[in-house]
Amino acid sequence: MPAIEVILGGVILGGLYALVAIGFNLQYGMARIVNLAYGEFLMGAAFAAFWMFTLFRINPIVGMLFSVPVSFGANWLIYRALMLPLVRRARTRQQLEGETILATFGLLFVLRGAATLAFSADNRYYDYLGAPLQIFGFTFAANRVLAFAMACVFGGAIWLVLNRTRFGAALRALAIDPIGAELVGIDVRGLSGLAFAAGGGLVAAAGTLVSTFLSFNPAIGIDFTMKALVVVIMGGIGNMGGSLIAGVLLGVAEALCSYYIDSGLTLAVAYALFLIVLVVRPRGLFGTP
Amino acid sequence: MQMQLRQTVSAAVLAAFGTIAGWTANAADAPKTIRIGYAISLSGVNAQGAATTTLPGYDLWVKDVNDAGGIFVKEFGKKIPIEVVAKYDDTSSAENMLRLEEKLMSQDKVDFVLPPWSTGFNLAAAPIFAKYGYPDLAVTANSMDEEQLVKQFPTLFFFLNQPPHFGGALIEVLNKYKNAGQLNNKIAMLSVGDQFGAEMSAGFGAGLKASGYDIVLQKSYPLGAADLTNEIKEAKASGADTFIAASYPPDTFMLTGTAITQGYNPKVFYTAVGTAFAEYGGNFKDKAQGVMGIGGWDPSLPGAQDYFKRQLAVTGHAPDGWASPVTYASLQILQQAIEKAGTLDRKKVLDTIVNGGPWDTVVGKVDLKTHIRETQWGAGQWQNGQFVGVSPSSMPGAQPVIFPKPAW
Repeated sequence: MPAIEVILGGVILGGLYALVAIGFNLQYGMARIVNLAYGEFLMGAAFAAFWMFTLFRINPIVGMLFSVPVSFGANWLIYRALMLPLVRRARTRQQLEGETILATFGLLFVLRGAATLAFSADNRYYDYLGAPLQIFGFTFAANRVLAFAMACVFGGAIWLVLNRTRFGAALRALAIDPIGAELVGIDVRGLSGLAFAAGGGLVAAAGTLVSTFLSFNPAIGIDFTMKALVVVIMGGIGNMGGSLIAGVLLGVAEALCSYYIDSGLTLAVAYALFLIVLVVRPRGLFGTP
Repeated sequence: MQMQLRQTVSAAVLAAFGTIAGWTANAADAPKTIRIGYAISLSGVNAQGAATTTLPGYDLWVKDVNDAGGIFVKEFGKKIPIEVVAKYDDTSSAENMLRLEEKLMSQDKVDFVLPPWSTGFNLAAAPIFAKYGYPDLAVTANSMDEEQLVKQFPTLFFFLNQPPHFGGALIEVLNKYKNAGQLNNKIAMLSVGDQFGAEMSAGFGAGLKASGYDIVLQKSYPLGAADLTNEIKEAKASGADTFIAASYPPDTFMLTGTAITQGYNPKVFYTAVGTAFAEYGGNFKDKAQGVMGIGGWDPSLPGAQDYFKRQLAVTGHAPDGWASPVTYASLQILQQAIEKAGTLDRKKVLDTIVNGGPWDTVVGKVDLKTHIRETQWGAGQWQNGQFVGVSPSSMPGAQPVIFPKPAW
């Protein structure tokens, strides 16, 4: 197998990591909430896609028109109802992080428990776009390539909004210095709520895409939250482009490791990479100090 | 001395009265229900396995028995229904499970306890079952030390064979085609990176090497891997006619899906846990034809088809082609043993389970004289929408193998 094929496979996998991480970064980098229940919305969207597909034959991509707005709204409500009181109370950023970690940790168990009760703990799997697709003469699964393409689309759209609009400039200001942003007249709480909700919408898209090629059950959420956390910290908190690059880097590192060293060591390589970044560049590859 | 004697006499009199009172109470009023309890993983990492293999069998059995009016217990001269008085969630934590088993036996004092899910949990629970004298029909467990364990814990029963049995069953199939010159001696083997994967690949590997096979690709991958495309591509490039994966359900599905996408069609495609799930056939449909896996069952046995339909209708879970029917069979044995013993006395029921067999079940006749179910399927294959037993070929009802596996 040529190295380019291995790397290409890694890029495709990494695109998914990036997509999951960008949503998490919107919540963590912009709204300053470490949302440990983030992956539960990915799981919820995966189940939504599964039921829509198996019961009503609704194409998962079309189904996003339902699950993305619902998750967006649910996350907005969570921010307004659960997070805002903590935001008001918190005196420092560290205090806010600590308290939101505890609150969302609780939320994680509520959501996972509800899903287990409603859907049972079974593993689910359905076949959508498993067909082979040729890229440069190499064969990849169409659903994985689709996930990568969607990651690029969403990543690109968010980059455009952040860098080419006034609204995006306000969001960036929020990420860099919330107090300064408030001083220049930016509605910090309203914008934070929107960023948090947008992260929720994005993770629903990621969940739908994941469900087309991975089997899932109500307990998968936390794995994705952890992966997102690693990618976001590696890429730099608040830096969306950083998440994209770090995600792809992680995917490529895993693929290279699984082919040239041993598949059993992919997790170790991912965390080794994470550790190196933390030691050498604690603010992340593209983070602002 | 005088004092002591008087105490002894009064104690004896009291004891005698107590016994008589006990007898009359027994004869007069039978218990309203046979009280059953269990602790199992309703949440956490083991919940998925328990929900697939074990819980539907428990639910169906309770319903089946109660629809028939209960279990006839001769010492009370009537049928007594079952009541599940406790269904605890061990949250996939072994410590919780052990605490809950103790509670079931020492505080709830249920009549019978149904076992937890997984090898690890069952082996951990075996000493508690033995300490309180509860029959321990540990279906979802197997071990290299089964003979020794059942001596150590006299209440313990094993229903699944030791790991080499499964390797041996597959190798029997491979040898047949290798000796006929239809299969090369190269093997590509993947395994999930945990104890199960390591034990299974080591067990299979030793057997394969002894039979003259060459393992040209051997790799492990982490539990919960997000992508196994490279592994399948390597297996495809390895030139092996036989693909073996010591896999768990999520990777079993992913490996199959990836092999289909990559057009990887080895002559023998074998995956482990999850291959026998009804969902496997449901998802891959015609493409499942010819896929081999661990386990197997004989759907032509009396009661088997009926059991399959009832479990699907009652619990919404179609049974798998391996441990689900065995779970139900273990409960059929418990029920028949209570009837045959004519009592709810656990010691007598235990003796009856051992000596009263062979028992008629949905997986055929089961004898537990040695506390271990000796004859069983090792390897099965998807044939026309059902996962049927194909090996050992000495099993009654063994189906001829579809070879080579048709292209996806």
